[in-house]
Amino acid sequence: MASITIRGVKKNYAKTQVVHGVDLDFASGEFVVILGPSGCGKSTLLRMIAGLEEISDGTIAIDGTVVNKLEPRERGCAMVFQNYALYPHMSVAQNIGYSLKVAGVPIAERTQRIQAVARVLELEHLLDRKPMALSGGQRQRVAMGRAMIREPKVFLFDEPLSNLDAKLRVQMRSEIRKLHRRLNATSVFVTHDQVEAMTLADRLVVMNGGRVEQVGTPAEVYSRPASRFVATFVGAPAMNMLEGEVTLDGISLLGGSRKLNVSRSGLAVGAKVEVGIRPEAVRMAAPGTPGAVAATVDLIEELGAGRVIYVDLDGAPFSVVTSETVHPEPGSTIGLQFAESDLHFFSSETGGRLDVFKASVPERTLQG
Amino acid sequence: MVERTPILNFFTHLILFAGFIFCVAPFVIVAIAASHNLKDVNDVPMSLLPGSDFWVNIKTAWTTADLGPKLLNSFIMAFGVAAGKVIVSALTAFSIVYFRYPGRMLIFWLIFITLMLPLEVRIVPTYAVVANVLEPYQAILDLTGLSWLIEKVSGVQVQLSLGLLNSYSGLILPLVATATGTFLYRQFFLTVPDELTEAARMDGAGALRFFVDILLPLSRNNMAALGTIMFLWAWNQYLWPLLITTDQSHAMAVTELKQLIPNVGGAPEWHIAMAGTLIVMLPPLIVVVLMQRWFVRGLIATEK
Repeated sequence: MASITIRGVKKNYAKTQVVHGVDLDFASGEFVVILGPSGCGKSTLLRMIAGLEEISDGTIAIDGTVVNKLEPRERGCAMVFQNYALYPHMSVAQNIGYSLKVAGVPIAERTQRIQAVARVLELEHLLDRKPMALSGGQRQRVAMGRAMIREPKVFLFDEPLSNLDAKLRVQMRSEIRKLHRRLNATSVFVTHDQVEAMTLADRLVVMNGGRVEQVGTPAEVYSRPASRFVATFVGAPAMNMLEGEVTLDGISLLGGSRKLNVSRSGLAVGAKVEVGIRPEAVRMAAPGTPGAVAATVDLIEELGAGRVIYVDLDGAPFSVVTSETVHPEPGSTIGLQFAESDLHFFSSETGGRLDVFKASVPERTLQG
Repeated sequence: MVERTPILNFFTHLILFAGFIFCVAPFVIVAIAASHNLKDVNDVPMSLLPGSDFWVNIKTAWTTADLGPKLLNSFIMAFGVAAGKVIVSALTAFSIVYFRYPGRMLIFWLIFITLMLPLEVRIVPTYAVVANVLEPYQAILDLTGLSWLIEKVSGVQVQLSLGLLNSYSGLILPLVATATGTFLYRQFFLTVPDELTEAARMDGAGALRFFVDILLPLSRNNMAALGTIMFLWAWNQYLWPLLITTDQSHAMAVTELKQLIPNVGGAPEWHIAMAGTLIVMLPPLIVVVLMQRWFVRGLIATEK
């Protein structure tokens, strides 16, 4: 069990900086997921915690001890790699027990601990096999076993599920979660898959371009995205974004074709903003319903439990997720309604969240 | 593209068979010649039906050239060279691939350059070094005036000398360094995934531990291939053993074969010479047969 403190950590490769000063605190026993698109520096950050990558600037401390200069083996971290990285010439038992062998643990104790780990991961019948003779999910479990056996203070996961098929991924996801509840070791999990991130995380760290965009519980990140990037990256389909400009009595949207009647507390007239609304927050209404906005249906994606309706809102693409059993024809006109409390406002310049509206005003809608 | 037509199959087999005959014919002729007696082997043309004196000739060749101890010498030398090359080039390649240190590329290119300097090119300086391994140090002492200084101060004349002529070390050591082997390992090490190295680091294995526990077992096929090639190469060395072994007790089988070749004026005992050749060819043949499976695996792409 250990807390991790990251202070002003930067990473340079030659002249390019890939991580621009990250400050994070992971509490002991917490399951933290670092989410971001590829190339955002999330893996680099993880590898710096592990000690596989040198820290260019700043400090990383595990349990209060700065580990910048420590070898990976001295940091008390265990890591699960994306491609499992099992030793191909060793049996499952040897793979799991290798770190103990290196540490000089006597054979009797080693065997006993391998057995214990294998029992937890249901690998007992596979201990004599070579990795080549295992399925993807089994290899994944061996990789986990190799990390578990050291009883590390910190578990590091580098996109460990991305090589599995969809069904297995869901299964391993819940196994990892269960395992964490059982071992209760601080875990840092890197992924670009937002479903994985939302389901696993106690706390979510969203990164983009080498910077931390937001830290919070999955629910917080979803309901109060701190920036335009987070808003569009978390959630599928992505949040709808409409460009607008602050006017005297509200916000004019889509080049003036629509107007939003909101109090513009603290915003200068003429400021450029983006108004976002999640597709799940939009309700469909019969065309012509008072307060509803008319839009033309472009395309419908069937999801089984519901459907995504892509519409055209005065030339801007807009999507709606609905579980109602309505089947509007492409090309037809439908009405859209949403509550003001579901709207998110972001600055067009900085991309940051604008908290213009403190309390939700019920059912104030777009006027077309 | 694999085509399956009977005619094409027939022709491919024909070509294969022709190639086989081409490769095997010399050996067959040697074997047949080794089975004739003195008269038959000198017939023109020589009869291609085997004679009956095969074992007699083998025995004569064995005793005349005293092949027993010489085969042993050859084996010690070839095995020593092969083992040395397998170990040294593994270490060199490990250093070049897995460590970042100043001058790494320089060392890499220096090794590369030795490809262009086979033993035959540098045989005179190599001989000089083997004749007295400490010669270069002596030269340094002489040039810097240190030996003069030591002589003046202590009255001892510095004369460094360590000769390796007529010894196994002298036979083996100059042949051990190999650029080919280093490259073979280097290419293989480059295909080993980085994650494996990192996993070993996370498991707490240091560099040497990683090398011994992970890298070497993974390069088994490589080692077998390199060992086989180098064993054959060393077994077939002629010039170097001839040059540095003046003493019969260190003579090699391959160089001693010439004792069996008939002298001008002597009896044309080609059947004995051929029998001797057969004996000397046998050990490398056995090595190839035994190692063939790993040998091929080591030279083709990485196993999956």
